[in-house]
Amino acid sequence: MADRILSFFCSLRLTVVCLVAALILVFVGTMAQVHEGLYAAQNRYFRSMLIYWSPQGFPLRIPVFPGGYLVGGLLLINLTASYMRRFSFNRDTIGQQLTHGGIVLLLVGQFATDSLQVESHMRLSEGEAKNYSEDGSKFELALIDATQGGSEKVVAIPENLLARQKEIQIPSLPFAIKVNRYWRNSRLSQLGTNAPGATEASRGFGQSIAVRELPATVKMDERNLPSVIVEPVSPQGKGGTWLASSMLEDPQSFQVGGGTYQMVMRPARYYNPFYIELMKFSHDKYKGTEIPKNFSSRVRLLNKASGEDREVLIYMNNPLRYGGKTFYQSGYDENNPKVTILQVVRNPGWLTPYVSCALVSAGLLIQFMSHLVGFIKQRKSA
Amino acid sequence: MKKWFPWILTSLCAAWILASLFPASEKGFKTREFGKLPVLLNGRVQPMDSVARNALLEIRNKQSVALENGQKLNATEWLLEVFFNARAADARKVFRVDHPELLSLLKLSETEKHFSFDQLQPGLDEIERQSERINATEPALRTTFEKQTIKLDQSLQLYRRLKNSLQPENSSDFVAELNDFEKILPEGVTALRDQQAGKPHDKAVFNEFVRMISRFDMVMRMAYPLTVPPASADTSRDNWMNAGAALLEFAKTNGIPQPVRFYAAMGQAYREGKPERFNQEVNDYRNWLRQRFTPELSKASREAGFSQFQPFYKTIVLYVLAFILGCVSWFHLSEWLRRSAQYLIVLAFGLHTFGLVFRMVLEGRPPVTNLYSSAIFIGWAAVLLGIFLERAYRDGIGSVTAATIGFTTQIIAHNLALGGDTMEMLRAVLDTNFWLATHVVTVTLGYAATFVAGFLALIYVLRGLFTRSLSEKTASALEGMVYGVVCFALLFSFVGTVLGGIWADQSWGRFWGWDPKENGALIIVLWNAAILHAHWGKIVGARGLMNMAIFGNIVTSFSWFGVNMLGIGLHSYGFMDEAFKWLILFIGSQLVIIILGLIPLSKWASFKNSPKHPKLSQPAGAR
Repeated sequence: MADRILSFFCSLRLTVVCLVAALILVFVGTMAQVHEGLYAAQNRYFRSMLIYWSPQGFPLRIPVFPGGYLVGGLLLINLTASYMRRFSFNRDTIGQQLTHGGIVLLLVGQFATDSLQVESHMRLSEGEAKNYSEDGSKFELALIDATQGGSEKVVAIPENLLARQKEIQIPSLPFAIKVNRYWRNSRLSQLGTNAPGATEASRGFGQSIAVRELPATVKMDERNLPSVIVEPVSPQGKGGTWLASSMLEDPQSFQVGGGTYQMVMRPARYYNPFYIELMKFSHDKYKGTEIPKNFSSRVRLLNKASGEDREVLIYMNNPLRYGGKTFYQSGYDENNPKVTILQVVRNPGWLTPYVSCALVSAGLLIQFMSHLVGFIKQRKSA
Repeated sequence: MKKWFPWILTSLCAAWILASLFPASEKGFKTREFGKLPVLLNGRVQPMDSVARNALLEIRNKQSVALENGQKLNATEWLLEVFFNARAADARKVFRVDHPELLSLLKLSETEKHFSFDQLQPGLDEIERQSERINATEPALRTTFEKQTIKLDQSLQLYRRLKNSLQPENSSDFVAELNDFEKILPEGVTALRDQQAGKPHDKAVFNEFVRMISRFDMVMRMAYPLTVPPASADTSRDNWMNAGAALLEFAKTNGIPQPVRFYAAMGQAYREGKPERFNQEVNDYRNWLRQRFTPELSKASREAGFSQFQPFYKTIVLYVLAFILGCVSWFHLSEWLRRSAQYLIVLAFGLHTFGLVFRMVLEGRPPVTNLYSSAIFIGWAAVLLGIFLERAYRDGIGSVTAATIGFTTQIIAHNLALGGDTMEMLRAVLDTNFWLATHVVTVTLGYAATFVAGFLALIYVLRGLFTRSLSEKTASALEGMVYGVVCFALLFSFVGTVLGGIWADQSWGRFWGWDPKENGALIIVLWNAAILHAHWGKIVGARGLMNMAIFGNIVTSFSWFGVNMLGIGLHSYGFMDEAFKWLILFIGSQLVIIILGLIPLSKWASFKNSPKHPKLSQPAGAR
């Protein structure tokens, strides 16, 4: 029995089935990007065990096809199983061993990347320095404790917690935040004579602002702009209902439990133990066209802990790798020539594709070259 | 005679190619010399000849104008007329309009395809009104009528810009205009300054000066190519200007820019029908340029010469000839026909290589920078592979495969060139010769190899099913070829795809983003791996291997073109709907052949009477 299971997992038949399933999956997942958007299609087809189909009007989820994790996982098992079973190290198989070893590494590395990689961006104008980068799609509700003069204490509530619309206890603050409403994608308009709607906020900017709900967007070039209605609650009393929104950039002060605090909804931040300062941003276009020719950012890297203070030029295809993160030249602001946008990526598995590429290339070359040499010898003797 | 036929045929073809390298010298207006003058357009220095060809391609889908008397106007001749004799050019039927609704909207005859600017004139307001509305809509959702309207509107704009590139289109004597301007300049500047300061000034001078400036201003706003090189080559060699801008900027300080004067003089000589003076002015301008702009001058000359030589067009002729000879050799079983095809393929490959390398040198780039050059390169690599196969097997199959793919990719390239400049500048992220030379080249080699395997398999199915020419020996040779080429394809597509990931990791910070073009490349890798594993595991026999290889054609064409039509992702550089139709047709044809390939071997013409079918030979990699 165990032998039969092992042969099943070792079989070339399984390899072919997995490869074909992967091909179908990649194809369908690519086509789906047209309507579902890159991110949603990725989650549904590639970052899943099974793909479900829900018939119109029925509350059913019928699994119809294996998802990316399942196919990739099976291939990985198939590879390792046959690797273990047939491993022999000699001249004839060395190419094959290298190739398959490289593929295993690539798959494992991509699973790791998939779960560990964090992407964010950093927007800097010339002269500005930042020690954090911001998430491109997620927001957070930052609560700032300004009472302890001098340094600020900031507590950030991530968006997925806000989305539950419950009361959130914050151990380090003497009050809780009750989320009354949460809009994933919204627009604001000034309440007035010609804007219809009502406000749910009793305090702050929100008293004169109506919130309109929009369907969540999946387009690559649009982002969801969330808003919330929150109520600070402490044993001593409530602090009124407030509107916080990704479209309100200024912090609002509120009082609760005898203290004064500020709240603001902002893109989720990832802090670095060092600062990046933009010294100069250059952006050229080809003469007489709108085609970008190159863009580059000269930045200053400041790390107080290590005493580092040096200049670095970040430009297209030449990122800065530092402190476990990589900083890429990603974009520019069309309205402000002095602003650069850097992409910041933390990916502990970034090196695996390089190694795997070398292994597989060498493996395939050895394998096919030995075929080719054999073939030519055979033709010559014939 | 038969023994010498291959050599004679190849020599004749070579002579035909060489002869066109040395065209007869021109009588009258030396338009070819004019066509070599450098200008800056699309961010790069190019000859007038390229401006003319690309403009005509956009307006007329052809690189020349057919006249009613059966003669032809080449691109530069047409451009000269547009520049210097706009009224005559307006009467040339150069605008291609063939959509019936568009024709009826403009009240044009439905029996014709080409119309002159004069004929379109009454409908200009209507075209503008329609395209204003259409421009506000999503490009992907436009109907054919709407797309054609927009295209016509753009052609008309381009044409009007060309007419006002060197002088105002209604100028009857621009040399005199420039002289008058030079004379009035000092007084005019004073009058203008006084007028602005509210001081008393000479009204007549002021009015005349403003009238002239407004004419130059129009040229500044309309002119298409930048024709005036930078005043000093030391600052920036890219800093070219158009004629109007140069007049307004420099007339005050340095007098009238020399290039503007040269072009005005050429225009005068052209209109007055004085070829000697025209040729003299072109020559003088070239000498003037030579002092400071030798690299630009020689680059433009080389590009113009290359366009005239048309090496890729000539390869099409050779590939067709070789294809016919190769196919006939299978039925005739004659060695001299097969050798003729083989030699012609080698000659065509030499010419193909020349064209490829010449373009690389002109651009200073690796072979593949855009879709156009990928077609040229895929063809080149496939032909090379075909030549090797022919050398090894000597059965005409390698030559026919090479000829088919070489021909097809050249036709694809030709149609892609209709989109405009094929040597356009590269956006910042692509501007890296290292990755273009590694990732792009390897992944494209992977495409080429997959196509070669697919076409070999097509030959297997079509010859085996419909003819009696597929002997057992040929069948097993084909099987060996397909297997070997798929190995090659897997190697290159895998390495190319992973290198692409590494490039993405270097420039965007992620190795894999499930971008459509990446997915397309991945699909090719997966499919080639599936073919090989199915073969090794003996899950498929010879026929199955062939059908899988033919499906590889579908997979590759999707990756090469299909994903560009989705209009999403970082790799999509344009939505091509004309090509979409052809892609669907191609995929359909491959599916039909796969279905034919599923017919049992006992029904195939080649195997009907043979007692046993070609057996699956023991593949080298099987365990």
